[in-house]
Amino acid sequence: MAIRSFFLFILFFSSSLSPVFSLYEDQVGLMDWHQQYIGKVKQAVFSSQRAGRKRVVVSTEENVIASLDLRHGEIFWRHLLGADDVIDGIDIGLGKYVITLSSGGSILRSWNLPDGQMVWESSLQGPKHSKSFLLVPTNLKFDKDNVLVVFSNGRLHAISCIDGEVLWKKDFEAESFEVQQVILPPGSDLIHVVGFAALSQFEMYQINAKNGELLKHESASFSSGFSGQVSLVSTETVVALDSTGSILLTISFQDGKISSQQTPISNLVEDSLGPAVIIPSSVSGIFAIKTDAVTIFIRVIGKGNLEVVEKTTHEIAVSDALSISEDQQAFALIQHASSEIHLTVKLAHDWDGNLLKESVKMDRQRGLVHKVFINNYIRTDRSYGFRVLIVMEDHSLLLLQQGEIVWSREDGLASIIDVTTSELPVERDGVSVAKVEHNLFEWLKGHMLKLKGTLMLASPEDMAAIQSMRLKSSEKSKMTRDHNGFRKLLIVLTRAGKLFALHTGDGRIVWSYLLRSLHKSEACQSPIGLNLYQWQVPHHHAMDENPSVLVVSRCGPSSDTSGVLSFVDTYTGKELSSLSLDHAVVQVIPLPYTDSTEQRLHLLIDADKHAHLYPKTSGALSIFKREFSNIYWYSVEDQNGIIKGHALKCKCTGEVADEFCFDTRDLWSVVFPSESEKTIATVTRKLNEVVHTQAKVVADQDVMYKYISRNLLFVATVAPKGSGEIGSVTPEESWLVAYLIDTVTGRILHRVTHHGSQGPVHAVFSENWVVYHYFNLRAHRYEMSVIEIYDQSRADNKDVWKLVLGKHNLTSPISLFSRPEVITKSQSYFFTHSLKAIAVTSTAKGITSKQLLLGTIGDQVLALDKRFLDPRRTVNPTQLEKEEGIIPLTESLPIIPQSYVTHALRVEGLRGIITVPAKLESTTLVFAHGVDLFFTQLAPSRTYDSLTEDFSYALLLITIVALVAAIFVTWRLSERKELQEKWR
Amino acid sequence: MAAVTPLLLLLLLSSAPSFSSGSRNAYNINGRVKIPQGLGLGTKGYALPGRMSNVKVLLNGGQNITFLRPDGYFSFHNIPAGTHLIEVSAIGYFFSPVRVDVSARTPGKVQAALTENRKGLSELVLEPLREEQYYEIREPFSIMSLLKSPMGLMVGFMLAVAFLMPKLVENMDLEEMRRAQEEMRSQGVPSLSSLLPGGAMN
Repeated sequence: MAIRSFFLFILFFSSSLSPVFSLYEDQVGLMDWHQQYIGKVKQAVFSSQRAGRKRVVVSTEENVIASLDLRHGEIFWRHLLGADDVIDGIDIGLGKYVITLSSGGSILRSWNLPDGQMVWESSLQGPKHSKSFLLVPTNLKFDKDNVLVVFSNGRLHAISCIDGEVLWKKDFEAESFEVQQVILPPGSDLIHVVGFAALSQFEMYQINAKNGELLKHESASFSSGFSGQVSLVSTETVVALDSTGSILLTISFQDGKISSQQTPISNLVEDSLGPAVIIPSSVSGIFAIKTDAVTIFIRVIGKGNLEVVEKTTHEIAVSDALSISEDQQAFALIQHASSEIHLTVKLAHDWDGNLLKESVKMDRQRGLVHKVFINNYIRTDRSYGFRVLIVMEDHSLLLLQQGEIVWSREDGLASIIDVTTSELPVERDGVSVAKVEHNLFEWLKGHMLKLKGTLMLASPEDMAAIQSMRLKSSEKSKMTRDHNGFRKLLIVLTRAGKLFALHTGDGRIVWSYLLRSLHKSEACQSPIGLNLYQWQVPHHHAMDENPSVLVVSRCGPSSDTSGVLSFVDTYTGKELSSLSLDHAVVQVIPLPYTDSTEQRLHLLIDADKHAHLYPKTSGALSIFKREFSNIYWYSVEDQNGIIKGHALKCKCTGEVADEFCFDTRDLWSVVFPSESEKTIATVTRKLNEVVHTQAKVVADQDVMYKYISRNLLFVATVAPKGSGEIGSVTPEESWLVAYLIDTVTGRILHRVTHHGSQGPVHAVFSENWVVYHYFNLRAHRYEMSVIEIYDQSRADNKDVWKLVLGKHNLTSPISLFSRPEVITKSQSYFFTHSLKAIAVTSTAKGITSKQLLLGTIGDQVLALDKRFLDPRRTVNPTQLEKEEGIIPLTESLPIIPQSYVTHALRVEGLRGIITVPAKLESTTLVFAHGVDLFFTQLAPSRTYDSLTEDFSYALLLITIVALVAAIFVTWRLSERKELQEKWR
Repeated sequence: MAAVTPLLLLLLLSSAPSFSSGSRNAYNINGRVKIPQGLGLGTKGYALPGRMSNVKVLLNGGQNITFLRPDGYFSFHNIPAGTHLIEVSAIGYFFSPVRVDVSARTPGKVQAALTENRKGLSELVLEPLREEQYYEIREPFSIMSLLKSPMGLMVGFMLAVAFLMPKLVENMDLEEMRRAQEEMRSQGVPSLSSLLPGGAMN
């Protein structure tokens, strides 16, 4: 461990003020990777441009609008709208503008199709909240200006396609009127607005599309009421269900006259099926209803005569209609059959004739088809060809054409819920999975190229080859563990309930697994994944086992629904087992103990405050019993502003008695006054954080002892008024209080109030300090504060004589029940940007200095040295303090562009930053996720324990050669001289 | 905290007294982002990845997000009266956040100031304070940098010893040198040649 002693020396060197993270442009992609996603597609519109590259414009559940290349699935451009700016509809106007309606129909934007530049933006208001519709008629003109028809917030607008001007508007103010459809019959200047009023009234308005004049208003009442949506079967007929869901109402309003017909579903299908729902479709003449088990397609013939055309129990997905000629409409239908999906394209008026019938092999891990979008093209023989875009259960997007998957996008990765890591297998015979081993010739060629490069003899093509070789180095993407611990698997859980394993070397998907336990079932109606935990991390005596992760999920959105556990092998990506629990999961506490097979003990707290121990083995139980009295945890009740501490009491009593169930007791509670404080953030230290030293040597040879406790909790509360957005409160009415609470005793160790400040608060806790970010209303800037906490009870151990004579108290046991003598130091600084996430680097042994990773509002990640947030900073540090590395105090924290770890990239929609230590002490792995993914390696104090990537081996070689040559030359010289000497 | 510059000038801005029930005090904020031409093209062919279409304007830490029109104008709709914060996110540029006061008493008047340097804005025209270089610039190959590297120093030192030392020795007094040489011989200090393999053969 010669390196060990070398550290301190090097650390002094690295404490210069220059940005520590910095990258040359040609190093991009060497250690980092960036992946762009869009999220689960809600709506897709194909661009019908004849010339140029084929595109499809999509809107997604992540509020992204994007233009994709239809040939390869790449993103041409993309925009992420705000979190509240949910997209209601998209369409293409005039063949060159993408029109989006968002924010509940109140913002209409137009984007240039080729480059994604926003062209105009209009704000649409209205009298009341309603459904919103966006229609782009092809033939409706208004002074040579194409018109968009938008219904939103109870108002109908006609809007110019060129500049977004509102041409006319018409309010529908009737109190109870609920719009269901807005219809533009082709070839006329009329708009039909149909809807329900007062639950049982059907209303139809006919409006002149030229000026918004109301031409006709008809209504009819239906005593049985309505339920759910309506389906439009022709421009003058809609189908609805009555309130019981068993009678179909066919309502037609030809020439402004409302007529209707009622058909009980039982007349159409013999066996009664229970309540049905209408699946909205835009295919004329056909609609579908769905009951629990069956999907039924029904055709409308003439005036309200219904006929069942197909009944299926398979999972089915239908596309919207696509008009392929004047009077013909086609649509696509997808049915599942074990490992295949069957795609059929039919004409609307001819159910039995198929235009196209294809079967495509589908990976089972993609689940069911959720959405289908159809598009046609003209083949060389002038017949129609069809391609369909399908959205799967795992949120992936695939393009099918001619019975094949042309491309696929793993857009489930845009909504990551939780991340953990796993080690790769150790390299052994037969274990290596790397397929890209070079043969000898290629290896030699590569090295020749590199040599050329370093000797500056390479041509531009050679340089490009070298660069691509560096990026694709097989070394970093191998499937085995490496010495430095750079290669790992990132296990991510997505909102779709799918697990992905990503390789840290190049970000590729090693395996993916759609959790079976997260499938809908009768017992579990709407399962959602919650968290990932490392279940088994084998080392020592369980080396042959594969590591596994624990996925905790529950059956519904509320916290008292029962939980589901699944255990997944991280090498193979197979589910080992899954457990449906009979209790809820409110809190999961990974305990710092493992059993004989290295399975980590977890304590699950249910809604009735019982604690359940997993794994349910006797070995685990005996370990747990030993530590029974040492287990404490806390819970935060946001609503009531209470923080409680808990401990275990005894075995469960009552009927659920089970060896692994325990009763709990409340130890303490901290109640925040609800009229003046509302908790908005709680942060603790990371469980696996390593602290290298407790002592901190300060300038004048003095020692301070860090107060290091795993049981410290940082809580931030704000005035209830100030919990809203910025600008909603004056500085006098708002304050922010920060607490440090000991979670074993409930003792408040520190409390500080920031007057005139408000949230949101982003905080990170590490070692003995906490850094938090909040908004200062007086200065109207963001601020960051640091609190460091030191242990005073050890302060008198500084005397060397005491240490020598053994009279120190360093070995005395620490108990949290004795009142700790702590002092805190804090300081605040301005910071320019809003934050979305904050994290801190973590290294294997905790020796390397720390950096804060700030996810800014611009979706970049900035690395900021912890030394800038040191409460001991002063305006004029003394010489000693300067030597120690204390930076003169400045009002605001510096933003050095070179220390953006994401360099010139954006992690669009950034949500979280995760840091994982590598085995090499200097290096930490950083994974940032949002809609995009970004991964890189960071060395907060530079790579002092390994050679940098740009180390010049050539120079080293040249020097050695030169030295050897010089030795021989001097030897010859000295030899000759000696000879001459002898002759003399 | 120094007093905020009193130079906050009044700003344009159309108020939109709203028609709807809930939001009686809703206003619009209109402004413009201006990125000076030529600012982006300066340094060493460093291509700016961010174009105008990738610029975002954010209100109150992401509560509302809007984009720029081709001429750089942007607007936020239905904003309640109060003090707000506007941030501009553009790759390659550093923008100061802007404090914007939307007044309820005098509808439609907006005051703005940069929060970084507390400079008042007479119009809501946002310009970058500076460009951001995300990459280090690789220094071109030079002899000096080669010489300054540890290897260079090593070679330099060796050369100095090999060629300057004899010179120094030459300048010594002949008598003295001979005496020194004899001394060395008598002590049997091995010469360099005898140290090397093969050198010992002589």
